Amino acid sequence: MTVTGNKDTRSGFGDALLELGRSNPDVVALCADLLGSLKMNAFVKEFPERFVQLGIAEANMMGVAAGLATAGKIPFAGTFANFATGRVYDQIRQSIAYSHKNVKICASHAGVTLGEDGATHQILEDIGMMKMLPGMTVINPCDYEQTRLATLAVAEHYGPVYLRFGRPAWPIFTEGMKFEIGKALMMKEGTDVSVFATGHLVWNALEAAKILAAEGISCEVINIHTIKPLDNEAILESVRKTGKVVTAEEHQRNGGLGDSIAQLLAMKMPTRMEYVAVNDKFGESGTPMQLMEKYGLGVQDVVAAIKRVLS
Amino acid sequence: MAKLSDLINIASQVRRDIVRMVYYVNSGHPGGSLGCADFLTALYFDTMKRKKRFNMDGSGEDVFFLSNGHISPLFYSVLAHAGYFKVNELNTFRKINSRLQGHPTTHEGLPGVRVASGSLGQGVSVACGVAIAKKMNNDSSVVFALTGDGELQEGQIWEALMFAAHKKLDNLIVTVDWNGQQIDGSNDKVLSLGDLPAKFKAFGWQVIRLQEGNNMEAVQKTLRSARRKTGKGKPIAILMNTEMGYGVDFMMGSHEWHGVAPNKEQTHKALAQLPETLGDYEYPSDPLKN
Repeated sequence: MTVTGNKDTRSGFGDALLELGRSNPDVVALCADLLGSLKMNAFVKEFPERFVQLGIAEANMMGVAAGLATAGKIPFAGTFANFATGRVYDQIRQSIAYSHKNVKICASHAGVTLGEDGATHQILEDIGMMKMLPGMTVINPCDYEQTRLATLAVAEHYGPVYLRFGRPAWPIFTEGMKFEIGKALMMKEGTDVSVFATGHLVWNALEAAKILAAEGISCEVINIHTIKPLDNEAILESVRKTGKVVTAEEHQRNGGLGDSIAQLLAMKMPTRMEYVAVNDKFGESGTPMQLMEKYGLGVQDVVAAIKRVLS
Repeated sequence: MAKLSDLINIASQVRRDIVRMVYYVNSGHPGGSLGCADFLTALYFDTMKRKKRFNMDGSGEDVFFLSNGHISPLFYSVLAHAGYFKVNELNTFRKINSRLQGHPTTHEGLPGVRVASGSLGQGVSVACGVAIAKKMNNDSSVVFALTGDGELQEGQIWEALMFAAHKKLDNLIVTVDWNGQQIDGSNDKVLSLGDLPAKFKAFGWQVIRLQEGNNMEAVQKTLRSARRKTGKGKPIAILMNTEMGYGVDFMMGSHEWHGVAPNKEQTHKALAQLPETLGDYEYPSDPLKN
């Protein structure tokens, strides 16, 4: 694996949206007064007639997106993850999920790495809320390139999708790798422990694996970019080999990726497991890296969780 | 285009259907359903330019969104008589394994329904989305929506109203069922709507008053005229006064029949006031006939 750059995941979304504008005339974009933050300006400039500005009215945005989808468009509705989920849960539930509309909910600035704006904007419950909705696909890519490929992929997938990405510049390390909805991505093979990570935490898991390799511990790191539907087979295959599990995500421990994996293992293969996640807390202001450390999401936290599960 | 006498006959049958549907399952919302029967009958059988076969995308035809989904008995009866599914399917209303859920949904694949509604305040936004898509596609057909008056207490409605005017969605006609009643009493008692025409005007809408929402001739005329007024740069609101429970004397004018089904005796009394014009749908071992 090679690091080919450093860029925010939201730029992967913005760049792919522009590509989609050029390749798929049915793709339309919606935004609730956060164009710059969502990196949607290039699309808007080139396709003004296929862009709908909603203003600060996210509930209406979800309904308008449902209407556009009803009429055969493929709407990509973008705002901060907080306003794309918690604020509009019932609109998504009834007008989009239950109505099975082909709407792509595009959520930036998820998690504590949003940084200085603080806890009002740092949603850590969104994966849980969205994965509970029947029929909703939930995707949390790990870097710029994967976000770009995920954005392209969801346009080809019929049905409601929650696509979650973030604000900070982050290493790009998936260049040349494939992206397929619902297919886990093997990042590093190993034999002692399976680390299932999603979003920004994939990088931290890989860094932790490097540190532990020096101590003779062999970590398998698997990128679960699609939290729903979960790639049960890939997870069970890895756990069959290692017999130990750590999950890592920028989300509450309650209801996130870790819980999805715990549920699978409880039924199919009960296994010793540790979580790297925020444990029932709201975030606060700070730099993304400070917050990752303070809330237990740093590289050292992944190292510690792996050691705990192996002890 | 339909004859006035035909519309009156259809509305009478629709009202019979509503009363029977809620009676058989001892649940549902007869009050608002009866009140809006003239409106929805005129809309589907006279105003809307619609295709015979149901297409979800509604391209090249007028489409309708029911935002106040609880008046589903009315919606289902009108959709059935309009030919989207067999009238006899009305006997499955609110029963297990039915396409006619308590509140309308696309989930069971019932033709004629384009989005789920029931949780209030969402339908106008969805209608706006279709109206924009029609503009993008240079499709000159019209989008209709109906909301309750109590429903206007939901904030999302006002987001949508602001948006439609800003986007000049002049292919959108939203009707408000202004019967003045909601579950806990009158609008004025629960949460006053204030000067509704002034509010819609201030939000940039073209406002049409329909004071006789239970007079079929007035309804037909107003809807036709509203459709002619599309394309003039503004979305259109029809503020339609109706009487909750209209057509059944003991249900009229009170919020008490918002979400309550009549008993057997009351049902017979109600049906006696509503001529059977198109034939009642069949109901297996009909308790009304025993």
